[in-house]
Amino acid sequence: MTAPLVNLTIEGRPVSVPAGTSILEAAKTAGVLIPHYCYHPGLPVAGVCRMCLVDVEKAPKLMPSCATAVAEGQVVHVHNDKSLEARKGVLELLLINHPLDCPICDQSGECELQDYTFQEGRQDSRYREPKRFNPVEDFGGDVLYVPNRCILCTRCVRFMDDVHKDAVLAVGERGDRAVITTAPDAGLTQPWASNVVDLCPVGALLSKDFLNKARAWELDRSASVCTGCSQGCNIVVETRDNAVVRLKPRANEAVNAFFMCDEGRLNYRWLNRQDRCAVPMANGAPAEWSTAIAAAVGALNGKRAHVVANASLSNEVFFLLKRIVGKTGGSVKFDVPQGAEAALPGVEDLALRADRVANATGAEAFGAARTEQPYAGVSAGDVLVLVDVEPSAVPSTALNAASAVIFIGTADPSGLSKLTAAFPIANVVESDGTLTNLRGRVQRFLQAKAAPGQARPAWFALADLLIALGEKADYATASDIFAALATSTPAFDGMSFDSLGLKGTPLAGSMAGAGR
Amino acid sequence: MGYPHKTHPRETAILSKHFGETEARTLDGWKKRGGYRALEQALAMTPAQIVDIVKASGLRGRGGAGFPTGMKWSFMKPGDGKPHYLCCNADESEPGTFKDREIMRWTPHALVEGCAIGAYAIGAETAYIYIRGEFTECIDWMEKAVAEAYAAGIIGNNAMGTGKRIDVHVHKGAGAYICGEETALMESLEGKRGNPRIKPPFPAVSGLFSQPTTINNVETLVAVPHILMNGPEWYKAMSLSSPKSTGSKLFSVCGNVSRPGNYEIVLGFPFKDFLYDLCGGPQPGRKFKAVIPGGASVPIQTMEEAEATMMDYEGFVAQGTMLGSGGVIIFDDQQNMPRMIARLARFFAHESCGQCTQCREGTAWTTKILERIVAGQGTFEDLDTLLELADNMTGKTICVLSDSCAAPVVSGLQKFRHEFEALITGKRSSMSTGAKLTAQSSQLSAAASTGLSV
Amino acid sequence: MSAHGTTPYTQVFTGKRKNDLDAILLRYPNKQAALLPALWIVQEVHGWVSEEGMTEVAAALGLTAAYVKGVVTFYTMYHQHPVGKYFVQICTTSPCLCAGADKVTEAFLKHTGCNELGVTSPDGKYTVIEVECLGACGFATPVQINADTVENVTADKVQQILAGLK
Repeated sequence: MTAPLVNLTIEGRPVSVPAGTSILEAAKTAGVLIPHYCYHPGLPVAGVCRMCLVDVEKAPKLMPSCATAVAEGQVVHVHNDKSLEARKGVLELLLINHPLDCPICDQSGECELQDYTFQEGRQDSRYREPKRFNPVEDFGGDVLYVPNRCILCTRCVRFMDDVHKDAVLAVGERGDRAVITTAPDAGLTQPWASNVVDLCPVGALLSKDFLNKARAWELDRSASVCTGCSQGCNIVVETRDNAVVRLKPRANEAVNAFFMCDEGRLNYRWLNRQDRCAVPMANGAPAEWSTAIAAAVGALNGKRAHVVANASLSNEVFFLLKRIVGKTGGSVKFDVPQGAEAALPGVEDLALRADRVANATGAEAFGAARTEQPYAGVSAGDVLVLVDVEPSAVPSTALNAASAVIFIGTADPSGLSKLTAAFPIANVVESDGTLTNLRGRVQRFLQAKAAPGQARPAWFALADLLIALGEKADYATASDIFAALATSTPAFDGMSFDSLGLKGTPLAGSMAGAGR
Repeated sequence: MGYPHKTHPRETAILSKHFGETEARTLDGWKKRGGYRALEQALAMTPAQIVDIVKASGLRGRGGAGFPTGMKWSFMKPGDGKPHYLCCNADESEPGTFKDREIMRWTPHALVEGCAIGAYAIGAETAYIYIRGEFTECIDWMEKAVAEAYAAGIIGNNAMGTGKRIDVHVHKGAGAYICGEETALMESLEGKRGNPRIKPPFPAVSGLFSQPTTINNVETLVAVPHILMNGPEWYKAMSLSSPKSTGSKLFSVCGNVSRPGNYEIVLGFPFKDFLYDLCGGPQPGRKFKAVIPGGASVPIQTMEEAEATMMDYEGFVAQGTMLGSGGVIIFDDQQNMPRMIARLARFFAHESCGQCTQCREGTAWTTKILERIVAGQGTFEDLDTLLELADNMTGKTICVLSDSCAAPVVSGLQKFRHEFEALITGKRSSMSTGAKLTAQSSQLSAAASTGLSV
Repeated sequence: MSAHGTTPYTQVFTGKRKNDLDAILLRYPNKQAALLPALWIVQEVHGWVSEEGMTEVAAALGLTAAYVKGVVTFYTMYHQHPVGKYFVQICTTSPCLCAGADKVTEAFLKHTGCNELGVTSPDGKYTVIEVECLGACGFATPVQINADTVENVTADKVQQILAGLK
């Protein structure tokens, strides 16, 4: 039941979009960005900032493009004098009471007020009167409100009301006294509340966690996927000087719309942990990679491998682990830590999931077994292979039963008994790969920072181990491994890194993305 | 009470005929004066017949926009299976306008009757009368009248024994001029902030509680019973200049004038006669200087323009302004026009809902500049800024409050620029109260701020 | 008039007032529409609308306290602070200003002992504010004292008006 197409002209370009589309969205399809503040595709239309006014031929006055549906034969001018003058006027008015404190504002460099003013605002202000002043307020949770920078776009209010379904924010007062307000003991502690910080187009809502931490232009950004739970929210990992300083949601209509939960957002410090496994080890001492691999092969000779893997590891890792146990015999097991589920009510099938791992679906696709007791059944003489698990969490009974322990991970393994070999590996933001979310959507994550010391991507280390075990595994990149697993695993048939793009593809036979 | 004054011989008292008669406020008194006969007649007709009669009468909305009432009613599609609503806009707050107040406090049953007929005509079972909270006396009288009408079976689930359901409820506002804007009124009635809505959708499609809704001004609704009783031709014949403006209309008169009050005249009456004859001209020893003829939102007229005006929808437009709500504000030669305009701007700044950027920031900035000029601190650049700002505030927002703030500024600067210039060059000392205005205006923003300036 | 926020909050919607609210709810197709009427009842009982009052109304109508606060602060007639026994509102919009509303304001400030707009007099009796158009421009200057409107007020009548308040 698709809507009929409507043909119109925007900035001289022909556009065909389904009936009911707004002029603003239609313009995007023609590569024309109509400046706007209050409009956000994930929120109900407010039409209040009046920034997106455009000149529609034959209309008596300028039309708000966010709230005006396309009509057949419409001719829309976005950058003519009339529209530009209107936007210039809005920008001047938004700035008259603004403190112009960009040098101390966290939003600086990623501020839409700054961007549009630079692009098409006035050079100077004609405002000669005292400016309005309201004190900074702690909104609770991770959110700070700086009312003097607020442009009353109401995105935050609409998010909490219409998407989070908990109207803890409201516009208070009216006219030029209006501010965003909250009830006295209702802080922004809701599980998805910090999205208001991302939604705020200016520096009025700030993250306390990120406060004064970095300037926007100092950050390097990489597309990634949140590993906090099985939802697989698309994110941007932002690093400064090889440290992750902020995670932000990345739009993906099929998974997380425009949002991510606070737990996922604020849980990034482990990515920068200092107690890393940074050099390979053989028989308890630092060694060359080749020595460590030789030690592992020696331990595995004629023994079954009991592999316990972190279920947030990539599809590529689980594919290679499958091949290793295929060679040595044994099995791959994983457990799934549980947490409270927290849905975002306004978006279908979006929640912080009870399964607090990212790739249980992928692990199972490659034969790994989900169990609450991954260490049970280590038979005497088995080699215990630990892949990115916390050494402190390994039960001594399993260590005692094993003939040897091979550690492939990120944490410092030096306390483990029977440690025959240790391979330092990169964590999720230090390597490339793919994850499969709870609805079977396969999504790529990209490297955001360098791995410490001699650490290598897990797939690289495992491929070397396979070769040392006498298997063919001449993979040069994660992409090569993905191509190999796609060829040999029917559910992944036809997929490649290129075809996944940055928004992923559902497994054959799975639900088409997360609910939508 | 000082009101009502005696009806002037040149007035046509139809709606205001019983102003001042305390007995007319009661159901018995109202029935004695022919009350509810029109409703009885209406309930025996089909809604479409009523709409046709109102259409034929040429009645236009008395709230300000002047939209043909019958046509508005015809937008309500009968039998669409949805609940329909009638809203009566009794949020009379336009500076200079106080006609609905007098209708409600003297003839409350006239409005109950008008609402009942209107509701029936548009297929609504429920009518809400939204009265501004400050009108405590009107609210009391209207609540009494509604209770009497319910008790007498005139309204309710068996209105006048016809088996038809017509509920009428009084809803009290709480202090917001903007709730006189039709969609803001609906938001307010729904228990929300009084923010005007983006149109479309229009109320006839999705109005109160997202259902088809018609909203009419008090004066419009009270005219309907007279039209039904006397016929559309009678109403249409009441017209003195333009055939597009029919019937009688109440004009509220205030400011510097001998006899302020409400006057009911046939549309098309000469404004000059109205000002000097009916209203008694200026106070002794004074001269009229300027008129705002349609409530504070319309452009200011010079006396030359005013005296050439015919008082109907077209006549006011022909003389550079609008009929609006019929609130005539008169300023005489003792008044400092910049000061009066500054105070109007402050009104709009205070009443802006604050949604749209141009209005939220523009009304407040306009006020600050004007008050600075009045305080003797203005510059010539300020006058250019005011005009450019007014242009930026016109035709760009959801509702017309922003435009309304700009209208007196632009017309004031056009027609009385010399007064602004005199304040800037210091040739006319600022009035002592000017400085006080500025002090008060900073209190305006103190409500939401600490009052500190940066 | 309530005690000025020093005593614990007493619930408004119990007994008869709960029934009143239930009767009001019948007029509207949803609960939210009863918000303005409910707030009026709170103000009648307590003299102003405190944050506790907002929370009570929110709970009664299935709204959040923040939402109710947004509505309360939009409308100027809900008092967000306790006010004097006599709440005096003087219209000073242009039609009244040109008729001398500024002089009336001065007289009220002087004779009530308030001295400043929005400040309650030391004896707790009066709060005087300027108000935007009261819709009685032909009777300039109208002054609303609690629920009553006094018309045609001039500065010289102020003392007499105040003396008439019980």
